[in-house]
Amino acid sequence: MKKKAFESFVYGIFLILGLITVGCVLLITVYLILSGIPAIREIGLFKFLFGKTWASTAKTPQFGILPFILTSVYGTAGAMALGVPVGFLTAVYLAKAAPPRVKTVVSGAVSVLAGIPSVVYGLVGMLVLVPGIRRFFHVPDGASLLAAMVVLAVMILPSIVNVSITALEAVPKEYEDASLALGATPTETWFRVSVPAARSGIAAAVVLGVGRAIGEAMAVMMVSGNVANMPSLFQSVRFLTTAVASEMSYSSGLQRQALFSIALVLYLFILLINAALNFFLKRGKES
Amino acid sequence: MQTGISRKRRAYILLMRALMGLSAAVTAALVLFLVVYVMAKGLPELSWTLLSTKPSYLTGSIGILPDILNTVYIILSTLVFVLPLGAGAAVYLTEYARNKKLVAVIEYAAETLSGIPSIIYGLVGMLFFCSFLDMQTSLLAGALTLVVMNLPTVLRTTQESLKTVPQSYREGAFGLGAGKWRVIRTVVLPGCVDGIVTGCILSVGRILGESAALLFTAGFAHAVHGFFEGLEHSGATLTVALYFYAKEQGQFGVAFAIAAILMALTLVIQLAAMLAGRWFKRRREQ
Amino acid sequence: MSDIITVKDLCLWYGGVQALKNININIPEHAVTALIGPSGCGKSTFLKTLDRMNDLVPGVKITGQVEYAGGDIFARGTDVNALRRDVGMVFQKPNPFPMSVYDNIAYGPRTHGVKGRARLDEIVERSLRDAAIWDEVKDRLRKNALGLSGGQQQRLCIARALAVEPRVLLMDEPTSALDPISTGKIEELAAQLKEKYTIIIVTHNMQQAVRISDYTAFFLLGELVEYGPTEEIFSRPTDKRTEDYITGRFG
Repeated sequence: MKKKAFESFVYGIFLILGLITVGCVLLITVYLILSGIPAIREIGLFKFLFGKTWASTAKTPQFGILPFILTSVYGTAGAMALGVPVGFLTAVYLAKAAPPRVKTVVSGAVSVLAGIPSVVYGLVGMLVLVPGIRRFFHVPDGASLLAAMVVLAVMILPSIVNVSITALEAVPKEYEDASLALGATPTETWFRVSVPAARSGIAAAVVLGVGRAIGEAMAVMMVSGNVANMPSLFQSVRFLTTAVASEMSYSSGLQRQALFSIALVLYLFILLINAALNFFLKRGKES
Repeated sequence: MQTGISRKRRAYILLMRALMGLSAAVTAALVLFLVVYVMAKGLPELSWTLLSTKPSYLTGSIGILPDILNTVYIILSTLVFVLPLGAGAAVYLTEYARNKKLVAVIEYAAETLSGIPSIIYGLVGMLFFCSFLDMQTSLLAGALTLVVMNLPTVLRTTQESLKTVPQSYREGAFGLGAGKWRVIRTVVLPGCVDGIVTGCILSVGRILGESAALLFTAGFAHAVHGFFEGLEHSGATLTVALYFYAKEQGQFGVAFAIAAILMALTLVIQLAAMLAGRWFKRRREQ
Repeated sequence: MSDIITVKDLCLWYGGVQALKNININIPEHAVTALIGPSGCGKSTFLKTLDRMNDLVPGVKITGQVEYAGGDIFARGTDVNALRRDVGMVFQKPNPFPMSVYDNIAYGPRTHGVKGRARLDEIVERSLRDAAIWDEVKDRLRKNALGLSGGQQQRLCIARALAVEPRVLLMDEPTSALDPISTGKIEELAAQLKEKYTIIIVTHNMQQAVRISDYTAFFLLGELVEYGPTEEIFSRPTDKRTEDYITGRFG
């Protein structure tokens, strides 16, 4: 009897440990909702989401976050436009075409890319990319949406490459054999059979990249100039993430609460992206 | 037999091959550039004085000893919490959980956690640990925030290594009349070691590179403390210090010196992860 | 009847292991040739050599000659892709692409540069009819091929191979994963297809060899032991080993 009680005690402990992740997600969600709602209530949902001016410290402060939303969306889209083709093609090369030794070296390089801290990306971006953009495009300041797009494109490469490789390597060899036996060359086989067969996994890779890009704060903060403009390629801009980060340390009152509301908006974006990711991963497993 | 691939096909094949090669080369070149550039700029800035002193407004000198210590403290305290929590959750999922729906919910929660941006962790960490639990801005609050962040990583790696423990081992132990806990202690837990070590390496990498989640939870201070005393105080890790010196003070020399240290550690961690992976794989195959 | 493939002194090694030893065989056109023998005897390896699918296995070494359409397929400058277009293959396990029925059939022609909706429609219908599966799939051409039954999938794979207008069709135990009814359909199909194509089929099922083939080759331990008209091989085998095998004494 004593043994049984002990076993159920152990079970209870593991159950609690198992439920911790759920508890954390609930805690984060509840906190973000509770702290994000008040400012939206006070400002008004429409004015908050679609207001074009953010002037939190002005005499009559304005809290419109459309510039941040659009900057995050455009910045992410730009990063995907640059990063997805490179990442996807690198993945096909590594999964199918590369000689074993090249594969080991380049895959290693990709995981190094994943491990580099975002502030290091930010630092190199500040000192190489930003002046480069200024000189190359003859703009007054290189700290811009474009700089952020480029940095984000590099930062999302590893996610796209690694997840795509996993998907491509899971394609049954039988499909590729069938294609070769029909007289298709290996290259044609990879792009016309293997890639379509791995499409769910590759879609998941892209969605994962979107999540990474939209959530990145520090690197973007260091290269995007951090001014609450409506987005434009060569202008200083502020993302949803950097909007939260840049004013948090000195904010108070409604301004502070508005920052929480921005975080809530960002969180909703992320939940949406997670749902999409889950959808693609599940579909990938089924087929 | 008709021979020859049409010119159009040949062009397509050449184009795709060129694009693939080019992309892989770009990726590799990016990494090479980043590593070489950061090292070339940072290593000359490193000095013993920089590593062994704290910054002083009196003499105007900069030292990163406190930041190094803070980083070590945060890594240690995060691991102390996250390893047992993550591994325990994995044991629950693979050994105890019968309810498929519950498992799905837990796994979905873990996936959600790993997708949440660090700035949001920072914000909620600040609200919950610093304000609600009244820890103030402190290394401990930062570490606890990172615990939540790294939970899914440890959970996943442990889960994966538990899947490689053959079902027959468990059955064998149960067959000998062992209780559930005994089976877990003697058969299952030894099987998690791989996963915990891998999770540990990956977590160290993430903690080392994390900054956004620490800005508002652990803060920016540069004072030297002992371990337990340090946990109660605010303090910048290397990454936060890098951000601070580069963005707020324009001290790019110091920033690059820190970047070089971080880059070197990143390489070491990647290497460790690779070697550990190989070692575990070989051991499993034996 | 003329020979379409002439094999001379073919040897093949995987790493250091010799899998085929001095194979000499002439395959006649417009006939069904069955390759039989116990598993591991080299019959599948031999089959895959004929469209050079063995090239994909690392560490393979091949000597000797395989003459097809007047040239050695291992000669320098042979276009492997053109060879594989001429010599189609059906695999042991049905392996349709995870695409629609239509796209599966159209894959080969498209790869070889056939364009135009009408032309492709025509090829798809003809191939599916030739593979005796048109009636079963004509209403679901746009549906995913993985939704078909195993037997249907295998006939789809045959249709896919026919779509590039091959002259030879290699079949590697095409019915081993199928139920008896589907097997019957494929056997019937093989008999019809020899009017237009040359068929070489690997089978472990001797009744199948008797039912569908005109010629039979018996492989053992990498050697071609005996080869001749199916009737003779099964009624009057000249080699003791053949007799032992076909009477079920081993294998």
